[in-house]
Amino acid sequence: MYELFKNLGTWLTSGSQWSGTDGIAHRLAEHLEYSLLATLVAAAIGLPLGLLIGHTGKGAFVAINLASFGRALPTVGLVVLVFLASGLSMWPVYVALVALAVPAIVTNTYAGMTAVDPDVRDAARGQGMRGGQVLLQVELPLALPLIMTGLRLALIQVVATATIAAYVSFGGLGRYVFDGLAQRDLVQVLGGAALVALVAVTLDLALAALQRFLFRHRTA
Amino acid sequence: MTIDWSWIGDHTDDLTTLTVSHLQAALGAVFLGLLISLPLAVVAHRIRPLRGFLLGLSNVLFTIPSIAIFVLLLPVSGLTRTTTVIGLTVYTLVVLLRNTVEGLDSVPVKTKEAAKAMGSRPLRTLLTVEFPLALPVIMAGVRIATVMSISLVSVATYIGDGGLGQLFTDGFQRNFPTPVIAGVVLTILLAVVADALLVAVQYALTPWLRRRA
Repeated sequence: MYELFKNLGTWLTSGSQWSGTDGIAHRLAEHLEYSLLATLVAAAIGLPLGLLIGHTGKGAFVAINLASFGRALPTVGLVVLVFLASGLSMWPVYVALVALAVPAIVTNTYAGMTAVDPDVRDAARGQGMRGGQVLLQVELPLALPLIMTGLRLALIQVVATATIAAYVSFGGLGRYVFDGLAQRDLVQVLGGAALVALVAVTLDLALAALQRFLFRHRTA
Repeated sequence: MTIDWSWIGDHTDDLTTLTVSHLQAALGAVFLGLLISLPLAVVAHRIRPLRGFLLGLSNVLFTIPSIAIFVLLLPVSGLTRTTTVIGLTVYTLVVLLRNTVEGLDSVPVKTKEAAKAMGSRPLRTLLTVEFPLALPVIMAGVRIATVMSISLVSVATYIGDGGLGQLFTDGFQRNFPTPVIAGVVLTILLAVVADALLVAVQYALTPWLRRRA
């Protein structure tokens, strides 16, 4: 056990491990690229959907069921399925990651919108604001903390799951996990897994700090 | 992408075995998760300083990728079912713990005081007043944890377990979509059925909520 951790330490800290195409720095950049792009696409789909459902109050049933359906969808299966349908491309990775992230974004955006005090909404309307103005100037800012939480949750899940890109022959930190498993090289597997966990935890803490900073003037 | 129905017809036994094994892993994890998080939630509910620590810890555990949890457990429990169940349990903790604490928090203070005034001891109040009243929130957590576990079992296919997830590797290696489609459909079906059953269980356990709804 001790020997294993010593080897793991050497693996993580040696300079040669960090450079080159198969180096940690490059794999880390790939991993972040997949994760951020997938989360952005998911946000572009999920945010308007959640805002619309929250604003109109229609389709809440759909939103809630979408969330539980998203949770039930096995990501590994989805990746393989899209891979078999599309062949060797980035589609399987992005479809699976976006499908994973959209439900979290939609439900949290919707939850944020429903948490807006109806009296505030009425007051905005009473002042003569139009539907679009109420949405953008009143509801959206008030719902923002919960929306941010949804985005954060989605990003963390995507970072954790982007490991799967390596399964369909792409890069990212998952490369070490799958190559290590294939080569029965436990140190490499553990190193990859530890790095993914580290990135996920760091991003989560950083975003939590950002969130606290942005909403430091709010009491609720 | 066509479905080879004859393959499904020829492999009903395998599919049944994998489905049962899949369900066992997921339910085992939720059961273990409840066993751990119910007492921890009581502690977090009663002792405020520990609350942030316990909830924060479960949050950090949740951010660790599922594949990483399985892999990190390899030196401890190897390529076994134990690794699968422990890994999934870690994942259920965040939802179960948070919902149980929130459920206990939602019990009105006056109700607890009334129980105390009637001579109920703390443990009895906990078991006969607090837990039943917290049940809807706890059950919401159990439902999420169950559906999540059912979907996550397939990740354990990378460490040689994974129930229906084995169909994904099989289909991937042979470039044969049928087992993959069967695996995805069965996983979702399992999740939907399990969720519906839990709703029924909750309905049966909370008769006092029916008239109001």
